[in-house]
Amino acid sequence: MINSIAWKNIWRNKLRSLVVIAAVTFGILAAVFSAALMNGMVERRLRSAIELETSHIQIHNPKYLENKDLYYFINNADSLVAEIKKMPEIKSASKRLKIMAMANTSSSGTGVMVNGIVPEKEKLVTGIYNKILDSSGTYFDGVKNNPVVIGQKLAEKLKIKVKSKVILTIQATDGTMVSGAFKVAGIFETSNSMFDELNIFARFSDLARLTSFDINNAHEIAILLNDTKLSDDFALKISRQFSTLDTMTWKEIQPDLGMTVEFLNIMLYFSLIIILLALGFGIVNTMLMVVLERVKELGILMAIGMNKARIFKMIMLETIYLSLTGGIAGLIFGIVLIQIFQYSGIDVSAYGEGFSDIGYDAIIYPSIGWDFYLGTVLLVILTGIIASIYPARKALKLNPAEAVRTEI
Amino acid sequence: MKVIEINGIEKTYDEKTVPVHAVNGIDLSFEQGEFVAIVGPSGSGKTTLLNIIGGLDKPNSGEIIISGTNIGALSSSKMIDFRLNNIGFVFQAYNLIPVLTAKENIEFIMDLQGRSKVEKDSRSLELLKSVGLNDRANSRPNKLSGGQQQRVAVARALASKPKFILADEPTANLDSKSTETLLEIMEKLNKEENITFIFSTHDARVVKKARRVITVEDGKVVSDEKC
Repeated sequence: MINSIAWKNIWRNKLRSLVVIAAVTFGILAAVFSAALMNGMVERRLRSAIELETSHIQIHNPKYLENKDLYYFINNADSLVAEIKKMPEIKSASKRLKIMAMANTSSSGTGVMVNGIVPEKEKLVTGIYNKILDSSGTYFDGVKNNPVVIGQKLAEKLKIKVKSKVILTIQATDGTMVSGAFKVAGIFETSNSMFDELNIFARFSDLARLTSFDINNAHEIAILLNDTKLSDDFALKISRQFSTLDTMTWKEIQPDLGMTVEFLNIMLYFSLIIILLALGFGIVNTMLMVVLERVKELGILMAIGMNKARIFKMIMLETIYLSLTGGIAGLIFGIVLIQIFQYSGIDVSAYGEGFSDIGYDAIIYPSIGWDFYLGTVLLVILTGIIASIYPARKALKLNPAEAVRTEI
Repeated sequence: MKVIEINGIEKTYDEKTVPVHAVNGIDLSFEQGEFVAIVGPSGSGKTTLLNIIGGLDKPNSGEIIISGTNIGALSSSKMIDFRLNNIGFVFQAYNLIPVLTAKENIEFIMDLQGRSKVEKDSRSLELLKSVGLNDRANSRPNKLSGGQQQRVAVARALASKPKFILADEPTANLDSKSTETLLEIMEKLNKEENITFIFSTHDARVVKKARRVITVEDGKVVSDEKC
């Protein structure tokens, strides 16, 4: 019956309760939606980084990481890839030949990273082929000899377009500098302009022929797993199995991204807690008013036999119901808003032109897991409990003999 | 059979300048089935006496024994439980829980006692009938007149099956018709069910109905007459 009384009590002063509920609703809505924006942004960046740049895991010759020298390669990369592909956690794996080079056109030149790939196998690991617009050529098709796929930003820098020629000057395995003429088959554009400006994709065989590199070897093996969560465990498994090679997860390859993801949860809850803390003071104030208004009634309840534990419980439940009503309303509005923008996205390019410079998409697709909603509900309940302590203690300190004579 | 025995109780309030002796050495006893009015001018100490009997206030000295229990020795939490199971209270107006219906107000006290739903339901209806409000069971206090609210308060006080009922100025806010009805109900319950009622009152109509009138002045009993 105390539960029912507590619930009915919050509607005794409808306006006051609705003001508090509205404050909590908007607070939770703001917290949930901003958390979903942050999470959506990072999630998309993570997905994009894994799909287009790092994959889940990369394997290298340990010395290659020190100075990316042509000579520090993985022996018999094909057999290694074949062996890795047999593992159940694997979605796909692909070998790469990676060499720093100078890219020159008739009007410009710049340093680039040339990625020698096997296009059909690379398709199963990275999604660059999906990032070529219809008007921007194809993924290695349409050009017979030495096709390359380059980033939009690089194309702008080199002032070239599809079918344009680009000269790559590279160190060959014998130490000499060699040059090869390549033709642009396609131009890709990811959300990471730095990546687009630095990378050229060429066929493994073309690059190996130019540099006299043994086609059985590779500088990098990129692995895509069935689930991102498997990355750490699988990397450990691989590093134990192939102890002479260096195994890195996406977190190690892009530590800034790894750190962002690690801290994201803390940041999401941190902002939620700050909002709830501010709301908590408002709730305490309201509940103090409630207690002061009901001194006589509380005195009568104590007089007729309602003990302190029950008085405390009643005040606490009122506070929790008040907070939770606003909290749930805020969550519902938040979920609706997230659903609305989850697929259409929010275009912030007008306000954040530099987004793509740091690898983030200028269109944000808010998304957040159910665990965050559950965490929000629990934190709202906790706020209600904490906010009720002071008013409830005030109520408990009342002297029933004096309280029943109070006239308010 | 003695229900209440009061021996030499004193209560002094430490006011800022002069201590106030609200109750100044009172000895009294009450038998089962009495219908008692405690009268006296304002500030005479009758409400303090009632509060001490009801365990809402503690005396500075003396003892109150209710059915063999010295309530002065009980801790505050045990005193609340004792009140719940042994003492019924009727205050001045506005003492019902406003968010509950008349029936729920009566059930509430039984809920605190941990009674079953069936028992709460049947007893609350029975009590509402005894105070003539069985047709207002589902009305909230704001839909009841002052007199009807006090009748519900009497029914609530009886719900816990107390040893006696303390009523502090129960008719103070009622018109004469409501007062008459309320007094008739309480008198009937007293006579038919042998329930002990102790009132503190200024109201001559209550005094007229009482079968024992205790007059208090300056914290002392100046007369104790059976009518």
